[in-house]
Amino acid sequence: MELTGADILVQFLQDEGVEFVFGYPGGAVLHIYDALYQRGGVEHVLVRHEQAATHAADGYARATGKPGVALVTSGPGATNAVTGIATAHMDSIPMVVITGQVATPLIGNDAFQEVDIVGISRPCVKHNFLIKDVKDLAVTLKKAFYIANSGRPGPVVVDIPKDVTAAKTHYEYPQSVAIRSYNPVSKPHSGQVRKAVNMLLRARRPMIYTGGGVVLGNASEELTQMVRQLGFPITNTLMGLGAYPASDPQFLGMLGMHGTMEANMAMHECDVLMAIGARFDDRVTGELDKFCPYAKIIHIDVDPASIAKNVPVDVPIVGEVGEVLKQCMTELDQADRKVDPEALSAWWSQIDDWRSQQCLAYEASDEFIKPQMVLETLHRLTNGDACVTTDVGQHQMWAAQYYGFDKPRRWLTSGGLGTMGFGLPAAMGAQFANRDSTVACITGEASIQMCIQELSTCLQYDLPIKVINLNNRYLGMVRQWQEFQYKGRYSHSYMDALPDFVALAEAYGHVGMRIDNPADVEGALKEALAMKDRLVFMDFITDQNENVYPMVEAGRGHHEMRYSPYQSFRNQELA
Amino acid sequence: MRRIISLLLENEPGALSRVAGLFSARGFNIESLTVAATDDETVSRMTIVTHGDGGILEQIVKQLNKLVDVIKLMEVSDGEHLDRELMLVKVRATSASSRDEMDRLVRTFGARIVEITRQGLIVEVTGNDEKLKAFLDVVESGSVIEVVRSGPSAISRGGKALKL
Repeated sequence: MELTGADILVQFLQDEGVEFVFGYPGGAVLHIYDALYQRGGVEHVLVRHEQAATHAADGYARATGKPGVALVTSGPGATNAVTGIATAHMDSIPMVVITGQVATPLIGNDAFQEVDIVGISRPCVKHNFLIKDVKDLAVTLKKAFYIANSGRPGPVVVDIPKDVTAAKTHYEYPQSVAIRSYNPVSKPHSGQVRKAVNMLLRARRPMIYTGGGVVLGNASEELTQMVRQLGFPITNTLMGLGAYPASDPQFLGMLGMHGTMEANMAMHECDVLMAIGARFDDRVTGELDKFCPYAKIIHIDVDPASIAKNVPVDVPIVGEVGEVLKQCMTELDQADRKVDPEALSAWWSQIDDWRSQQCLAYEASDEFIKPQMVLETLHRLTNGDACVTTDVGQHQMWAAQYYGFDKPRRWLTSGGLGTMGFGLPAAMGAQFANRDSTVACITGEASIQMCIQELSTCLQYDLPIKVINLNNRYLGMVRQWQEFQYKGRYSHSYMDALPDFVALAEAYGHVGMRIDNPADVEGALKEALAMKDRLVFMDFITDQNENVYPMVEAGRGHHEMRYSPYQSFRNQELA
Repeated sequence: MRRIISLLLENEPGALSRVAGLFSARGFNIESLTVAATDDETVSRMTIVTHGDGGILEQIVKQLNKLVDVIKLMEVSDGEHLDRELMLVKVRATSASSRDEMDRLVRTFGARIVEITRQGLIVEVTGNDEKLKAFLDVVESGSVIEVVRSGPSAISRGGKALKL
């Protein structure tokens, strides 16, 4: 039977198993919206801004591992989606973004709502397509989903001109697709795996450092098993949190700019480093010249281009993380050599010494609400099992530090691009994916205002998200850097004239709460979490002067962290 | 160090811009880039001349390979290879003596005069970068009206081949 391009698109999404499409209609996609209306089969979620469509699709993808799908119109619809596309690209999130385009005869004529989105998005997509013939539509869509979700995942844009959505052709769902120029490696080179295992077993001060790749590759079980078998210390990047249980004694916390003392010091002192699904980002390594000065480095990644990009590597292994770790464990079982137990125990006692300094300790207060305390309380009340999204800034780092994640896909944050405005729409995607779970959006009064219009979407679809607004009236991370590096010249980091968030939440039809007394934090959180079917916006008025510690400042190495003044005070007391 | 990378890529609109965009986005140096369809019209062959040390070159090769449109890639300058470039030079030569002088030069360089008019002549020179520069060096600079170079095409010697 012949179908229109619009019908083919909607039928394809259904055949591909897509549950949700996050989108916003407009002229160029009207045929598609009509097909959604008439054909159905896929739930469309109407957002309030196209940026939110991409963040929500991204949040859904992070929470489920399935590609998120967004649908936007041409021109401004497409350009509004770009921030979300770039966010997904930096964090390797599988996503297919369908953009409407003006009709093919108009392309290049500066038509109304025309923009070259294939050109604009090219540097921030894994791949993109412009479809000029309806006959290519189904196969191209199949390619888009395959590319988005294989190898190192990423967003794929499919630009569809309006006349293509009206043209008719025969439709058959393509079961599979082969692309001669695209063949991601899955199985590692066994010789390299053997080399890596030998190196690990000879280590006296080993360290495992893992990133988002373990989460994306669904390999946290294999990782946990191998690390426990080895008895080695492990740290996660911001993107990798949850891949290894935070409550496990072998876990040293997050590393990097706001990593723990034990994780960063162990990085600095280790003699063998195994990096798994991580990309040696500058926020992780600190000053490259000072990075892991004593270590031989093994690097496992599905993307060859990530290996030896920033840091020279001794044993590169290209392959899917889960597959590589399975082979590592087989090699470990067969190896004659065992880890030197004395060296390992000496290493652990050194690490425990660093850990005993409790670098994340903060000064409690009964006057001001400490943001760290809010997050620790949230962790306790949700048994560490909530799905947590964040925006970007101090609150994001505190959430990473104080809300321990024991499972993957519970921690949704914009790590690479650092996109303010991500938190609320990502929470929508996560809530659609996990209808009965607690989804908390940890945010700040600045970030939340970048996509606050989505409170309206949340009402329309009954999304009972818990918004935890850590309101310190400052662009906190900017203020912190201005304090440290600009002698306290707080240039434009103070937000005067904030809205009344309680009234605002209520105006959108939700529950609003303001909490300004530390004694009320636990009670308020309990009350909010008990409201299973309501979105609750909790405006916590927090300590304005709190900073994120420890901190590896620009030009510093892992061993040159700045600790909180409270930490120094406490150490003096202890001495 | 000067490197020559040859690649086969899908003959699709946008493929060239992906490669060019990659070089500018990642700050890789690009000296020349030529591209044309091959005997298989679905495939284009591109020759890129770039400069970089081992680490940078490794990244360039990996990043190019990562592009979905790139089918196959080879660092031609890694082994024995030929590279040839076409240069057209328009020279002012109005007197008989200057034309004779050009004629001698052209023969020495194994080049060809492809057009003669009253104002001057057009010379076609083929060779590697060194030869083309040497030719320009000996032509009196005041007499050169216009120079156009194609950028090199390269191929490996012997049995090695970049083919599908």
